[in-house]
Amino acid sequence: MDDLIKYAPDLLAGFLKNVQLSVICAILSLIFGTILVAMRVSPTPVLRGAGAAYVNIVRNTPLTLVLAFSALGLSDTLGVTFSEEPSTNSFWLVVLGLSLYTATFVCEALRSGINTVPMGQAEAARAIGLTFFQSLRMIILPQAFRAVVAPLGSVIIAMIKNTTVAIAAGYLAESAFVMRDTFDETGVSIPIFVGIVIAFMIVTLPIGFFTGWLANRLAVAR
Amino acid sequence: MKETLDSTPLVVLDDVNKHFGSLHVLRDINLTIARGEVLVVIGPSGGGKSTLCRAINRLETIDSGTITFDGLPLPKEGKALARLRSEVGMVFQSFNLFAHKTILENVTLGPIKVRGVDKAQAERRGMELLERVGIGAQAAKYPAQLSGGQQQRVAIARALAMDPKMILFDEPTSALDPEMVQEVLDVMIGLARDGMTMMVVTHEMGFARRAANRVVFMADGQIVEENTPDEFFTNARTDRAKDFLSKILTH
Repeated sequence: MDDLIKYAPDLLAGFLKNVQLSVICAILSLIFGTILVAMRVSPTPVLRGAGAAYVNIVRNTPLTLVLAFSALGLSDTLGVTFSEEPSTNSFWLVVLGLSLYTATFVCEALRSGINTVPMGQAEAARAIGLTFFQSLRMIILPQAFRAVVAPLGSVIIAMIKNTTVAIAAGYLAESAFVMRDTFDETGVSIPIFVGIVIAFMIVTLPIGFFTGWLANRLAVAR
Repeated sequence: MKETLDSTPLVVLDDVNKHFGSLHVLRDINLTIARGEVLVVIGPSGGGKSTLCRAINRLETIDSGTITFDGLPLPKEGKALARLRSEVGMVFQSFNLFAHKTILENVTLGPIKVRGVDKAQAERRGMELLERVGIGAQAAKYPAQLSGGQQQRVAIARALAMDPKMILFDEPTSALDPEMVQEVLDVMIGLARDGMTMMVVTHEMGFARRAANRVVFMADGQIVEENTPDEFFTNARTDRAKDFLSKILTH
């Protein structure tokens, strides 16, 4: 217990980095995921193919490899850098990799949501003269989102926990790394371990309850 | 019946063919619909009536032949097709009101997003149309809170809000409880009286007799017979039509 109190400021600073990563990645992966699903259901075969290929490749690649690629491949080899400061640079490389990875899960959740929207909704939208993207944006996706609020909650919860593998992109400031670093000095400390688990649960449990509640509230009556 | 039908036809179908796999659903369809005309399409299930109706705003594509609307061939895709669809109203068997939008939003969405009408004006017009079909009091509700007959009347108001040149009705009363059929037919009869061009796939003979200019009988993907409603129902020429009528009239 003493260890936990002693290292609490460091651990908390690390955990706030997890929260920061989570918030940014949640927003970006929802945006990328929506773009991906629009590609996957579009009438243009090239967009559909590109969307499907992207989802199938990235979703089936281990996250640590995706993050390693964004650090070693994109940044070191191809020279994509966000900042001169290594720690800021690796933070944004994690954001990039984790968002692009999570977007594939968002896309697939949304796609199953689209399947719950009856065909007649799209036909009625087209029949009043909406274009494909207008009917997707105004009619199909709003109903699809409402149908998959709860599964999207699970995707976001998984993503929040995935911020702990940020070290794969060389980012050394989040709580799981701080914990291991601390263990090197103190030996394994169960209270520190449990403390971090509780910190994550304080964030993720409400998300699960909230999205479950929201799913019921937003459900489209048919 | 209407007296002044403009002489240039609104819709012309010329040798239209369509297959669903090995099923030949539309066979050499030739049909013209005049401006202001009310055309009823009748016939056994699976005979191609709905497909014909849906082909006119290209919700179904066709394999061969041509369809022209208001003098121009139907656009294949994109903005031109969306524009054509905005000029052809459609009322579906299953209503298809936008489930996440209120009744009034259902009626104003098209005018606002497709026509660029401003919101206040679209809402004024939307309320007028909802009053006209007798749903004004329900404007703030969601589709699932309305009965089938009410939903279908909203769907008609939604089509009217676009000021269409024509409205397609694809079995508009087939999914309704019997006591709600008449309220929808009354609205349709009113539209016919006001001179709206209508193509109506239906089995409602009362409607056909009271409002239609012409009845087209379709079976096995072909137009088997066309005639005035009175002639068709009392004096069908083909055996196929006589056989069909004997089945629906004896109930």
